[in-house]
Amino acid sequence: MKANCWMRKGKVEVQQVPDPKILNARDAIVKITSTAICGSDLHLLNGFVPTMEKGDILGHEFMGEVVELGKGVGNLKVGDRVVVPFPIACGACLACGREQFSLCENTNPNAWMAEQLWGYSPAGLFGYSHLTGGYAGGQAEYARVPFADVGPLKVPAGMPDEQVLFLSDILPTGYMGAEMCDIKPGDIIAVWGCGPVGQLAIASAFLLGAERVIAIDRFEYRLRMARDKAGAETLNYEEVNIFEALKEMTGGRGPDAVIDAVGMESHSPTVAYAYDRAKQALMLESDRPLALREAIMACRNGGIVSVIGVYGGFIDKFPMGSFMNRSLTMKTGQTHVHRYLRPLLERIEKGEIDPSFIVTHRMRLDDAPEGFDIFLNKQDDCMKVVLTP
Amino acid sequence: MTIQQTSPPSSTNGVHRPGTPMRTLPSAHRDEYSAPSRRAAGAKADHVATGLGWFSLGLGVAQLVAPGGVARLIGIRDDGGIRTLMRLLGAREVASGVGILARPKPAGWVGARAAGDAMDLALLGLAFTRKGSRPGRLALATASVAGVALLDLFDAVKLRRTQRREDRGMRVTKVITVNRPPDEVYAFWHDFQNLPTFMDHLESVQITGDRRSHWKAKGPAGTTVEWDAEITEDRPNERIAWRSVGGTIDTSGSVRFVPAPGGRGTEVRVEMEYTPPAGALGAAVAKLFGEEPNQQVQADLRAFKQVMETGEVVRSDASIHARPHPAQPPEQAPTPAPMHAPTRAREDAR
Repeated sequence: MKANCWMRKGKVEVQQVPDPKILNARDAIVKITSTAICGSDLHLLNGFVPTMEKGDILGHEFMGEVVELGKGVGNLKVGDRVVVPFPIACGACLACGREQFSLCENTNPNAWMAEQLWGYSPAGLFGYSHLTGGYAGGQAEYARVPFADVGPLKVPAGMPDEQVLFLSDILPTGYMGAEMCDIKPGDIIAVWGCGPVGQLAIASAFLLGAERVIAIDRFEYRLRMARDKAGAETLNYEEVNIFEALKEMTGGRGPDAVIDAVGMESHSPTVAYAYDRAKQALMLESDRPLALREAIMACRNGGIVSVIGVYGGFIDKFPMGSFMNRSLTMKTGQTHVHRYLRPLLERIEKGEIDPSFIVTHRMRLDDAPEGFDIFLNKQDDCMKVVLTP
Repeated sequence: MTIQQTSPPSSTNGVHRPGTPMRTLPSAHRDEYSAPSRRAAGAKADHVATGLGWFSLGLGVAQLVAPGGVARLIGIRDDGGIRTLMRLLGAREVASGVGILARPKPAGWVGARAAGDAMDLALLGLAFTRKGSRPGRLALATASVAGVALLDLFDAVKLRRTQRREDRGMRVTKVITVNRPPDEVYAFWHDFQNLPTFMDHLESVQITGDRRSHWKAKGPAGTTVEWDAEITEDRPNERIAWRSVGGTIDTSGSVRFVPAPGGRGTEVRVEMEYTPPAGALGAAVAKLFGEEPNQQVQADLRAFKQVMETGEVVRSDASIHARPHPAQPPEQAPTPAPMHAPTRAREDAR
C-alpha cells in the first residue's frame, strides 16, 4: 500500500510499504477514506518530537471502512464505516475506567521510553513517534487499529466524511480545551492560536456558554475565519500588546479562562522569541512556551489556564510567581477522545456544530508532502488539509 | 554476591548494592519496599562525579553567558572568534554536566569530560602562541585544567571499574498495579506455564512435579539455557517464591500480591535474583536478563499487566521487531521475531 512516511527532519515522502496485518486479537484493519494533516504533525516534521525513525508512517486523524477484524472484536463487522480516535485505549485499565483514555496504561509498548522523559507513560498514539508506541499512522491506504472494540465509532450513513473526520482528534481537542475552562455565564475566554484546533475551541466555548471569545494569532486569514466562521473577536499579536488589549477588552479583569492552542513552537515579535529559539538550538530547552507565558500572565486572578497545544519536553521561564500568587489553575492533556465521540456526533447530527468549515485543501494521499509544505508555510490561506487515498 | 544497580540513587525500587547488608523483605504491607541505600563502595566516586557535573554546568553557563569574561579571566585576548569558541566549549561543558548529573551510569560522561580536558589543554597550548595573551594567567588556567583532568581521568576509571563489578550479578525489585483481583492475578502467575507469555527471555516452563518445574530460556546467538526450579513458598493469593535447583544456574524469584486500596486492583511486587557462574555460561546467563535488567523486569511486568487486563501482550507495528524499526506494517515474510514472544497470544490473534 501507499503511505506518507517521515524520512528525516523537514522531509516526508509517500512510499510503497507492506499492508498492515492483524497483530492482536482485538485489531481491525481499516481501509482509509479520509485522513488529515494535523498541526501537531508539523512538530514531527520540524524535528521537535524525539524518537522518530526514518520510514515511520504519519497520521493520526483518519476514518474509513472496516475490511478485516481480529477474532476478539465483537461490536464491529466488515463494511462498517468508522472514525478512529488518535489515542489508543484498552478500555480495561484504571485510566480507561476513569475515562482518561489518552492515559491508557496498556497501549504504549515503548512505555519505558516515555518514562525516561516524562516520569510515567501516557497511551500509545497513532503515527506519533516511538515515544508513544511506534504505531503506524493513518496517512495511508490502510491502517491497523488496535482495540477496535474500544476506540472506533460507527458513523451513520449519509454523513459526509468531512463532517465526522475531525471527531478523530481536533473537534474533541478543541471541545476538551473549552470544557476544561469550566465556563460560567458571562465568562470571557481568550484563545491563543487560530489554527484548526483553535477554531474548534472557539466554537466549542460558545457551545458551552461563553459570553465572548477573544482569539489571538498573527495570520490575518486565520483571524478572519475566527471572526466570520467561529464568531470570535480577534487580536493580531504582531500589531497589539496582547496583555494590554485583553485587559482593556475585559474591563480590567482579564479573561476568565485562557486556552493555549499553540504548543511548543510558538512565535512572538519580541526579544523573548530570539531567547527561546537560541535556547532550543543549544538544547537547553526543548519547547518554546511564548504563548503559554503570555496566556498565564493575561488570565484573570483565580482563572483557568487550559493547555491543549502539544508540548514535548522542558520549558524555561515559567511564570510560577504569577501562577501561584494569583491562584490560577492549569488543566491539560492529550485529548481523551473516546469520551467525546458520541456526544459530539450527536451535536453534529443536531446541527449544533459543523467542523467541516475549517477544510481549505482537499488533496490526494500522493500529494501529502505538498500538503505538508503548504500547511507548514501557511501558503494559499491553508487551514486544514484533507487527504484521500 | 554482587548486585547490579542501574537506576539513579533517588529511585525507590529498593535495589541493594554491594557493601550494604541484604535486608529480608518484611511482610507488613507498608514496609514492602526497602529504602534506597547509598552504596558504600563507589559512593565516593559518585560524590566526585556529582562535583564534576556541577563544575561542568557552572563553567559551561559562564562560557555561554560571558564568553569574553571567561577569556579575559584565563588570559586570552577577547575577540569575536574567541567568543564563538568559548560558547561552543560552554555548550560542551553544559552537555557533559547534565549528562553526569542525570545519568544513572555517569562513567561515559565523566570520560567525555576527560576527553574535553585534553581538548582544552591543547587549545590553551595554542593560546600561548597567540598575540595579546597573558602568559601568567594562561599558565594558571593550564595548571587548573590539568588538575581537573587528572581528577576526571581518575574518576572515569574508578566509575568504570565499579560498574563492571556490578554487571556480574543482579537483584531487581519491581512493582506494577494490575486492575484485577488478587486471586485472579495469583492464579495466572501460579501456573508457571503462563510465565513465557509475558517474560521475554523465557521460551517455556514445564511443570514436572508437585513443586517442580523445568525452565527453558533463550540464550545469545540461538542457544538455549535450561534449568530446574522448585517452589519454595506458596501462599495462595499472597505470595509465590521459587529458586533454581541442582544446576549451574543460581536464580530465584518471588512475587507478592497485595490488594491495592480503593478497588484499584492488585499491587504485584516481583523480586528477581541471579548469580551467574564464572566463564562463558555465566556470560550467557547474564545476557538473559538483557543489558538493563531493571528495564527488562519492568517490561515483563508491563506485559503481565497487559495479558491480565486486555488478554494478550499489546503490540505496535514497530514493537514486533527486536531492534529499532520504523512504525510500518510488518513485512509479509519472513516473520520477524517478536520483541515479547507471546506464542499463544500470537496464534490466538486471528
